[in-house]
Amino acid sequence: MTAAVNTQALVNDITSALKDKPGALLPILHGIQDAIGYVPPDCVPDIAKALSLSRAEVHGVISFYHYFRTTPPGQHTIYLCRAESCQALGSEDLETYAKEKLGIDFHETTADGKFSLEPVYCLGNCACSPAMQIGHDIYGRVSADSFDAALAELQQAELEPSA
Amino acid sequence: MTITVYVPNDSSAVSLGADRVAKAIAAEAEQRGISINLIRNGSFGLYWLEPLVEVATEQGRVGYGPVQASDVSSLFDANFLQGGTHALSLGIVEDLPYLKKQQRLTFARIGKTSPTDLNDYLANDGYRGLANALAISQADIVKAVTDSGLRGRGGAAFPTGIKWNTVLNTQAEQKYIICNADEGDSGTFSDRMVMEGDPFVLIEGMTIAGIAVGASQGYIYLRVEYPHAHIALNTAIANAYQAGYLGEDIQGSGKTFHLEVRLGAGAYICGEETSLMESLEGKRGLVRFKPPLPAISGLFGKPTVVNNVISLASVPIILDKGGDYYRDFGMGRSRGTLPLQLAGNIKQAGLVELAFGLTLRELLYDFGGGSASGRPIKAVQVGGPLGAYLPESQFDTPLDYEAFAAQWTVLGHGGVVVFDDTVDMAKMAKYSMEFCAIESCGKCTPCRIGSTRGYEVMDEIINGHNVEQNTKLLRDLCNTLLNGSLCALGGMTPYPVLSALNHFPKDFGIDEPAQVA
Ligand SMILES: Cc1cc2nc3c(=O)[nH]c(=O)nc-3n(C[C@H](O)[C@H](O)[C@H](O)COP(=O)(O)O)c2cc1C
Ligand code: SF4
Ligand code: FES
Repeated sequence: MTAAVNTQALVNDITSALKDKPGALLPILHGIQDAIGYVPPDCVPDIAKALSLSRAEVHGVISFYHYFRTTPPGQHTIYLCRAESCQALGSEDLETYAKEKLGIDFHETTADGKFSLEPVYCLGNCACSPAMQIGHDIYGRVSADSFDAALAELQQAELEPSA
Repeated sequence: MTITVYVPNDSSAVSLGADRVAKAIAAEAEQRGISINLIRNGSFGLYWLEPLVEVATEQGRVGYGPVQASDVSSLFDANFLQGGTHALSLGIVEDLPYLKKQQRLTFARIGKTSPTDLNDYLANDGYRGLANALAISQADIVKAVTDSGLRGRGGAAFPTGIKWNTVLNTQAEQKYIICNADEGDSGTFSDRMVMEGDPFVLIEGMTIAGIAVGASQGYIYLRVEYPHAHIALNTAIANAYQAGYLGEDIQGSGKTFHLEVRLGAGAYICGEETSLMESLEGKRGLVRFKPPLPAISGLFGKPTVVNNVISLASVPIILDKGGDYYRDFGMGRSRGTLPLQLAGNIKQAGLVELAFGLTLRELLYDFGGGSASGRPIKAVQVGGPLGAYLPESQFDTPLDYEAFAAQWTVLGHGGVVVFDDTVDMAKMAKYSMEFCAIESCGKCTPCRIGSTRGYEVMDEIINGHNVEQNTKLLRDLCNTLLNGSLCALGGMTPYPVLSALNHFPKDFGIDEPAQVA
């Protein structure tokens, strides 16, 4: 089976499992992004059909929400908080450092496909600013050093055989 | 006897290494052949001490913090399992002044209990409010909430009882309870702490709301940035269903209440209640015109209660102890307690639940201990990204909705973000415009276009171009936003912008004191 067929089957499974929920579109989009990492544009017609919506409506919803993405993310998505509490403790410098270190700007992915960088507006970790999130893991009082350490740890985890 | 050790699994504690500490304690205990009962509790919200490890002793729970995994073997050497003394000793945690001086009603259990353990909840006064609610009429439940004086903690401070009463009195086959768990305001984390640290109190509050107004379905609209809260809520909901606290015939009462968590997708505007309902319906989060009020025609066109997490989580204690009990805390028309969140450049960042009425200065210095950097505090933003910046001359304002409103500031969801004297307030004003531009739902022109324009004007001002003229333009733009916006995103962005300009004109390159807006 090719990857494309796989993806389509997966999208259809997720869509048919959730389509009868009231207000099913967001749960479906989350389901797809959880499974594949993004919402492939070519699955829009299938979702639209299942929910009796127009393609434009589905596309409109996907584009409205910052969280949904239509291109594959890097292996790890780093969310850096840009909001006030983190700014009060130097998140701007951290942001500059992270961008330089990774060689990318916000909304970009490193050439080796390892990291994507996204801004976020508060992670509820304001008592431990500056804050960052990678996947579901949350980091507090992030410094240039602890940023490097977090990335190194992720790279290390990949080298180790998964138990 | 097996010794009980507590290590928080609150996500902020985890962000500082609590998981690693818990693992290290378990490993060290095993290696030393000691049997311990390791509980992952919520956080008390004393974040400068997290990860805060506690050991249950005869004298009470003895604390150590902030603990790193590398401290663990020395803690064992110091016999911390018997409350032994160590460089990180904090004494009895309950007696720490930061905690002892608080009035914890909504947060009564948080930190003490194991969050998703229903038995622990029941053993600590849980579901007593629901038991009382089930014994009285719907109107009497609403009356208790009205009597308590509770006002919405999500920002707008609308009386909760009045909202419930409208939904109760609107006839419909289906009604809904929505918990607004979008907590988009920067500098705030009290909703997160409740959902992670005591999810049952929110579930109980929503169940009481459902029974009170006759709604059989509830939704928690949770921001996607809170994966830990998501897990805690889903676990607690499953446990509540299993024990007959959710679903049909709740505790044999014949009442039905179903509850489901739905995730947002990173849009700040979806915290606005009508945008939130659009989102729950599977649409773009465009703000709706009001009327109709959500209480009359809300989710899927049905009567809907939309309340903030803290509002709903305050309901169980009101039904348990009575509206009068709750109303006896507070001042003026601000009744009960407000969980304040101290963040930014502050030495002792954390959660401070207090009756309304303390001054901002007391909060900043008596609780917060001043700035983290040790430099003077220059400005404090209260009430999230749409809240005004307060200069030192306003620090004596009591924490009370009306006292704040009287000087063009807002208490909002109780977030307090501190900046020392290195902050450039013109940059902060520019950021506010940028944030509004990024998060605007696009429905009205002043917000959609004006915010981008405001961002550009701030750039000009910061670069020293035509400062006088551009400042006037900025004020004009703010007036348009204030008067021409459908919701508070556009309508309140002028609060941080103009307060920064009025109180800190020098940062904008203006020497003479600015006129007040
Ligand atoms: C732009 C904007 C964002 C908002 N974000 C939130 C939020 O994240 N959480 C919340 O409870 N209320 C938020 N509100 C307020 C809600 O519209 C609404 O007033 C509140 O959920 C009602 O609940 P309460 O009465 O219990 O406060 C926001 C309002 C606006 C205008
Ligand atoms: S003020 Fe902004 S966010 Fe609010 S309705 Fe208008 S465009 Fe949307
Ligand atoms: S402001 Fe950065 S985590 Fe809240």
